[in-house]
Amino acid sequence: MRNLLTAVLFTFLTTLLFGLVYPLAFTGLAQIIFPHQANGSLVKDESGKTIGSELIGQPFVSPGYFRPRPSAAGDAGYDAGASGGSNLGPTSAELIARIRTDTELMQAENPAAKVPVDLVTASASGLDPHISPAAAKFQIPRVARERGISESDLGSLVSRFTEERQFGFLGEPRVNVLLLNLELDKRFPK
Amino acid sequence: MSLSGWFQIVFYFALLLLITRPLGAYMARVYEGERTFLSRFLRPAENLIFRFCRVDEEWEMNWKEYSLALIAFSLVSGVALFFLQRLQGYLPLNPQDLPGVDSPDYTGSSFNTAVSFMTNTNWQGYGGETTMTYLTQMMGLTYQNFFSAAVGMSVAIALIRGIARRETDHIGNFWVDTVRGALYVLLPASLILALLLVSQGVVQNLNPYETATLADESTMAQIGNESGSGDSVELKQAVNTQTIAQGPAASQIAIKQLGTNGGGFFNVNSSHPFENPTPFSNLLQLFAILLIPAAFTYTLGRMVGSQKHGWAVFGAMASLFLAGVIVSYWAESRSNPLFPGNVDQIASETSPGGNMEGKETRFGIANSVLWATATTAASNGSVNSMHDSYTPLGGLVPLANILLGEVIFGGVGAGMYGMLVFIILTVFIAGLMVGRTPEYLGKKIEAFEMKMVVIAILVMPLFILSFTAISVLMPEAGLSSRNNLGPHGLTEILYAFSSGAGNNGSAFAGLNANTLWYNTTIGLSMLFGRFFIILPVLAIAGNMAAKKRVPSGAGTFPVTTPLFAVLLVGVVLIVGALTFFPVLSLGPILEQFLMSSGESF
Repeated sequence: MRNLLTAVLFTFLTTLLFGLVYPLAFTGLAQIIFPHQANGSLVKDESGKTIGSELIGQPFVSPGYFRPRPSAAGDAGYDAGASGGSNLGPTSAELIARIRTDTELMQAENPAAKVPVDLVTASASGLDPHISPAAAKFQIPRVARERGISESDLGSLVSRFTEERQFGFLGEPRVNVLLLNLELDKRFPK
Repeated sequence: MSLSGWFQIVFYFALLLLITRPLGAYMARVYEGERTFLSRFLRPAENLIFRFCRVDEEWEMNWKEYSLALIAFSLVSGVALFFLQRLQGYLPLNPQDLPGVDSPDYTGSSFNTAVSFMTNTNWQGYGGETTMTYLTQMMGLTYQNFFSAAVGMSVAIALIRGIARRETDHIGNFWVDTVRGALYVLLPASLILALLLVSQGVVQNLNPYETATLADESTMAQIGNESGSGDSVELKQAVNTQTIAQGPAASQIAIKQLGTNGGGFFNVNSSHPFENPTPFSNLLQLFAILLIPAAFTYTLGRMVGSQKHGWAVFGAMASLFLAGVIVSYWAESRSNPLFPGNVDQIASETSPGGNMEGKETRFGIANSVLWATATTAASNGSVNSMHDSYTPLGGLVPLANILLGEVIFGGVGAGMYGMLVFIILTVFIAGLMVGRTPEYLGKKIEAFEMKMVVIAILVMPLFILSFTAISVLMPEAGLSSRNNLGPHGLTEILYAFSSGAGNNGSAFAGLNANTLWYNTTIGLSMLFGRFFIILPVLAIAGNMAAKKRVPSGAGTFPVTTPLFAVLLVGVVLIVGALTFFPVLSLGPILEQFLMSSGESF
């Protein structure tokens, strides 16, 4: 009984301290020191309308845009209110069929190179904002054709948007699809 | 596999090695009640809690009192979390207007989640951003992240005291140990980590979800009708906005890693770009996962007065950990033979290559497998890639880590007391080999300890294997939840119960475990997997504390040598293999052979 009473008092007080004071005080601190990051690293257009987040991938299907990786988030993909992966295993017939279909479509757009693996595999979150530099390079011929610009101009834009490993050694090189496509619209409007 | 990948793995491990001693020594001071550099700020809060709860900080408990206090606290805080979830619809900080969990129909989800966070498992049968209000995330889940971790640390400290002390029945005060762990170790580390995470882009706000207008306005989505009612019309719907989930994530993610909890703020845990945005945030979180468990080996050495023993235990853990990383890295870097030949699966400077299904571009293969190994070696269970999509052998590594009892560093506290159970077993076996009464650090190991050791070791396999077998025999409740067929489907079910009974919390997430059957049985596995190890461990602690110390002689098996570390690794592996090899051979091992021969399901 004594233990139960202590447990109730203990749970009550420590919940206030660790469950309310800590997260709320920290929210205040974060909002003061890193307001941009704490609010989702949002990207806005000139009118101040939110057009996405630097960190969250968006769906792009028009051939004049670089395409992101396949997504299993939500019913339609890239649903940033319902993140999710495909969770299909390596021997799943459904996975193999999906990859076969996607690979054929991709290959038709650029028969000259093999399709980089990240372009036909779904990410863990379904919101991966990046593709590999190889996957960006693979799409250059199609995007250049659609926009009527030279492959080398587009290539140098892609290089500019290629992020190296963080601090030179952490993670993998990558290209942020949303930021690249926004720049594409600005520099080479259709 | 790439040089850069190996370098990142080695760099990570070196960091871990460097922090073990200073943090381990600090934790020993905290639990011995000595002054530390943080006492000036935290002592007033500590006193406030003791006074308010009428805890006498000088009073020490025997193992039964310690256990009762632990159970009382787990019960009260678990019930509180259950009702918080059910009532969240009526409470503030709910900008998305989410209803109470399990309303209108009860499916066991709120029970499962309450048990899950109270037992430090943090199995998620739900998707965070679609289920939990900000108030539940903070007051319920963040809170339990701190305290289920602090409870585990208390148990480990109580056991270490039992080994170190003699001829007493006191093993410490549960309330005092738990407050000190939370206040002096977890809270300051969480604050620092959370701030670093926000700097990288982890969100921390109370805003409603953001709506963004998509750049590619012609984006159309195909929403297939999967109802199977014969109506296979595909609906085409224009999607030109994106809803972006928000919330007070960083403060929770920091403690989720430090307390080896692992329950994510968002559905996909640390693969979500808001939960783990950059390679640096990834390194920080990885480091936080094994930080305290590694330091515990030094705390053990310090408190029992044999630093070499602490390092021998560290060595045993480290070698199992590195072996897991190597196997998983190798397996995930290989090509899937079932993919068409024109998919480029070879790693290069510009492409990650390997098995990228369920992995994020910024992490690639190396950081994904390192995480998968660390999160299951510890009983953390957070993920930055989807284990369900791993190759058979790549996915076997995290599964095996859990099945070995999560003693490869293990959960905060839980890994230490789990390993101490195996150490006692090892010393016992070594004693039998030379034919004398085994002793561990001057304490005779006798029948009572061995009974408790056997209970602690057998409870996990009992629940994992029984529930897996029952689920496989039930087509409706058990099998229909699978997302993959063939041997991979069996692995999904096996992994779920392993994760529950092992208090890990990671998942082969394709399995739809948010059903009455799985919510209830996994909930029970978590309860038994937690308390039927903690209670025997506390009994051992009490019993050992009462013993006399015998001077070590020529026949004593030294526990400070590499030979001891090797024997310990051997015992851990043999117990695990004897128990689980049959079921593993029907799951991942069979799948590996079938994949190599081109079979799919």
